[in-house]
Amino acid sequence: MGKRVLLIEDEPNIIEAIRFILSRDGWSVEIQSDGARAIDAVRTKHPDIVILDVMLPGMSGFEILRLLRQDPAHADLPILMLTARGQKKDRDLAQSYGVSAFMTKPFSNADMLETVRSLVAQAHQTSKDVTPDEAAAESIENG
Amino acid sequence: MLSFNVLVLACLCYASFLFVVAFWAEQRAKRGRLGWLKSPWIYTLSLSIYCTAWTFYGAVGYAARSGLEFATIYMGPTMVMIGWWWILRKLVHIGRSQRITSIADLISSRYGKSTVLGVLVTVLAVIGTTPYIALQLQSVALSFAVFSQAGNEGVTGAATLPDLNVTALWVAAGLSLFAILFGTRNLDANERHHGVVTAIALEAIVKFIGLLAVGVFVVWGIGGGMADMLARIDASPVSQVDLDGTRFITLTLLSGAAFLTLPRMFQVLVVENADEDHLFTAGWAFPLYMFGMSLFVIPIAVVGLNVLPEGSNPDMFVLTLPLNYDQHALATLSFLGGFSSATSMVIVAAIALSTMVSNHIVVPLWLSSRKDSATYSGDIRAVVLLARRVSIAVVLALGYFYFRLSGGSEALAAIGLISFTGLAQVLPAMLGGIFWRGATRTGAIMGLCLGFTVWAYTMFLPSFGAAAGFSTQVLDNGPWGITQLRPQALFGITGVDPVVHAVVWSLALNSAVFILGSLMSFPRPVERLQGAQFVNVFDHSGPARGWSLGRVEAEDLLVMAQRIIGSAEAQSLFQNEAKAQGKKGYLPDPTPAFMDGLERKLAGSVGAATAHAMLGQITDGAAVSVEDLMAVANETAQMLEHSNQLEAQSNELARTARKLREANEKLTEISIQKDAFLSQISHELRTPMTSIRAFSEILRDAGTSGTKLDEASLARFSGVIHDEAQRLTRLLDALLDLSVLESGQVFLTWERHDLHDVIEHAIEATGQGLDGADLQIKRDLSSEHIILDTDADRLAQVFINLISNARKYCQAETPVLHIKTRRQGLNIQIDFIDNGQGIPEQKQSVIFEKFSRLGDEAKAGGAGLGLAICSEIAHNLGGSISYLPAQGGAGFRIDLPQTRQLP
Repeated sequence: MGKRVLLIEDEPNIIEAIRFILSRDGWSVEIQSDGARAIDAVRTKHPDIVILDVMLPGMSGFEILRLLRQDPAHADLPILMLTARGQKKDRDLAQSYGVSAFMTKPFSNADMLETVRSLVAQAHQTSKDVTPDEAAAESIENG
Repeated sequence: MLSFNVLVLACLCYASFLFVVAFWAEQRAKRGRLGWLKSPWIYTLSLSIYCTAWTFYGAVGYAARSGLEFATIYMGPTMVMIGWWWILRKLVHIGRSQRITSIADLISSRYGKSTVLGVLVTVLAVIGTTPYIALQLQSVALSFAVFSQAGNEGVTGAATLPDLNVTALWVAAGLSLFAILFGTRNLDANERHHGVVTAIALEAIVKFIGLLAVGVFVVWGIGGGMADMLARIDASPVSQVDLDGTRFITLTLLSGAAFLTLPRMFQVLVVENADEDHLFTAGWAFPLYMFGMSLFVIPIAVVGLNVLPEGSNPDMFVLTLPLNYDQHALATLSFLGGFSSATSMVIVAAIALSTMVSNHIVVPLWLSSRKDSATYSGDIRAVVLLARRVSIAVVLALGYFYFRLSGGSEALAAIGLISFTGLAQVLPAMLGGIFWRGATRTGAIMGLCLGFTVWAYTMFLPSFGAAAGFSTQVLDNGPWGITQLRPQALFGITGVDPVVHAVVWSLALNSAVFILGSLMSFPRPVERLQGAQFVNVFDHSGPARGWSLGRVEAEDLLVMAQRIIGSAEAQSLFQNEAKAQGKKGYLPDPTPAFMDGLERKLAGSVGAATAHAMLGQITDGAAVSVEDLMAVANETAQMLEHSNQLEAQSNELARTARKLREANEKLTEISIQKDAFLSQISHELRTPMTSIRAFSEILRDAGTSGTKLDEASLARFSGVIHDEAQRLTRLLDALLDLSVLESGQVFLTWERHDLHDVIEHAIEATGQGLDGADLQIKRDLSSEHIILDTDADRLAQVFINLISNARKYCQAETPVLHIKTRRQGLNIQIDFIDNGQGIPEQKQSVIFEKFSRLGDEAKAGGAGLGLAICSEIAHNLGGSISYLPAQGGAGFRIDLPQTRQLP
């Protein structure tokens, strides 16, 4: 695998928990705690998936999501949003901005892991369909 | 030498000048540039027509004969202007709001637009005023004669003595021409006659200067100044005259009454009034004018009696004195003054009388003669104007003939008081009408008739002597020998001055019958409506409605209105009303309001009674029925009540709506706050729970799946769970605390404490010296020993919060917290000021809100409830906490009452 996760979150204990869960599964986890620098981090680190908290210092998760989706380069990037405010309108807002998946804290570790895996696999699948050459190259590599 | 012809020339020049002035004023008014023409001074001066030739010449004669009694003529009006101004104000207000054209119109209009009363007052006014006009003609003729005599003495026997009668005729003709030219330009008698008013104002100045000049000449020219004058007065028979107190008071009251009821006075006082405020100026300026006019009367009389030969006519002293000293210029000025007095009175009286005669006698007669044709074409305007012009000529002709018949006798001198008394008969009906709603038409008619009869019997007719059948025999023994009916001693009351006798009897009987008649009769509906409007003229915002009929054709109304007020004006009136009703064209719905306004407009031209009758002819050929009017009156009252109720209801609704809106806004705000609060709580609770769940799952999985965790991780993860669980507990405690504090149900232990102890306890509790030893706390211990009523634990909680905040957030190199306490009146102030960065201005207003945190405080473990709790505690302790800006760091001030404030 060797896929990379960018975790945008400011609660130290939650960061530690997620990092532990994902790294145990073989993901490489990078952290960004400042909302204002989150978009730069996505651009420079090219993660396979972004886990995005809503309540962040500097810039709100919704704003980060909206700006990311405006950029065609990140149109298909899997983004999983986490929020401690489990209100429906937050979920709707995130959906309207084009979030890939939405989870309410507290979450179960297994769900989190499963969601991250499937989102990345999905994205991988889609990109395979779109670029058969690349898929072929990969299959040759694997073979 | 001043020849008679030169005098005539001077007179003609003066008259022409008056024409020019009147014409100029009229033109100016037409162009709408009134300017000072409508100033209160013009109004005040126009009132001076009260001072006629009778007062100009006659006052001196009066003084020569009866001493100071002449002053009553001036005191009456002064009393009215100063003491009774509220009557004047009410009269003027009524006159303006009801478009009253004359005193007859006032009485007629007040008593249900009664034609009978209009005719009665008109007849009374004509009878009372004609002799007065004759008196003016006589005085002008006499003054001419005085000059010509003086001239003839110079050129012995050269010219024949001019015929007094011819002079009077010419004067009468000239005056009627002036009055017709300037008094009947507009049909609307309620409009101001600017030309006439300006001319008489000018005449007022001329006669004032004339009399004053003669007075100054007499005192300083003939006499030797004031001191000499006073000596002369003392020595003169004038000061020897005994004053009859009763007569003095009666005459004063009589003059006051006449001031209100003389047709010419009513004309200038009420009809020509352009602005009610002018009364205030006139209220003091006119008495001053009269004072000036009376100032030199006594000196002139005294010197005249002294200097002039025995048997000289004292009525002419004002002229003969200057002539005697060959002061021809002064004599001419004085002559012009007398001429002014006479002409201005005659002109205004003629205009006033002609309005009354045409509106109350001629037009009603004319209308009734063609009763079926009120709506036919043909200009009523022409009729009314013609009637008015002819009336002026007739009134002056009457005056002239009276003058001829009485032969210019001395008897005329007494006519002033007789005229006053006759017209004063209107006073009870007038005052009753404007102050007493119970006054009725019947009472007014009865009172007027009786008063008029008594006046004629006791005063007017006896003045003609035997010619009218009042021989000495009748006067002494009564008619047919009935002594009870002696004209000057009714019912055996003898020894009373004839004037006092007549005044008291006529007015007393008049008033008594008026009151009795009013009490015993029932007012007609129109009278009630009119009475209410007159008596309550200051309360009525709108007129009471007199018309209610839908049967009226607007077209008929327009036809009639055009005939009375002219096509252009009538059309614009109707068009405006139609527009106001939202209709196009010239035919509005004949609503009661419109009918009322129209009637009022017409009343300005033909008088209230006539206008009412004319409209009545159109509305079904008859006046409104009693039932209709009662219905209207009731309807009006109901509508008024209903509209008041509606207004009240609509106000109530508006208030309710406002309250609802406010409540809704409040609810919305509360709802938003609640959402935000729940969302915050959710966040604050879920965040530690997330860590707890995630790590506990990790620990659980490690236990079940067999993948071992190293000891360090195990310890670390269970440590996180423990910390976060504690954070949750703290949060719940804080929330609970806040909820109790907010609801006001907190249990406080009020006791007396030393503030010093509380602070000491708080500092200890924050663990000073343990993990935060670096925060220095600076205090002034001596000022801390203040005893106060408080809950020590709660207060300490506030202090602890503030101290630990300083410990957590103060970023200074060497953090210092100053704690300062002071007494401020009955309050205690405790300041906590650190030396950190302070709180940014835009945040200062929200730091006491729940969950408000600065930046990344979350790391410090706070939920943002600390200051909110502090604020609630301070509030519960009867005080407050606020942020103190500009202290070089974060500053908080706690205000507390020293003793417990029971709510």
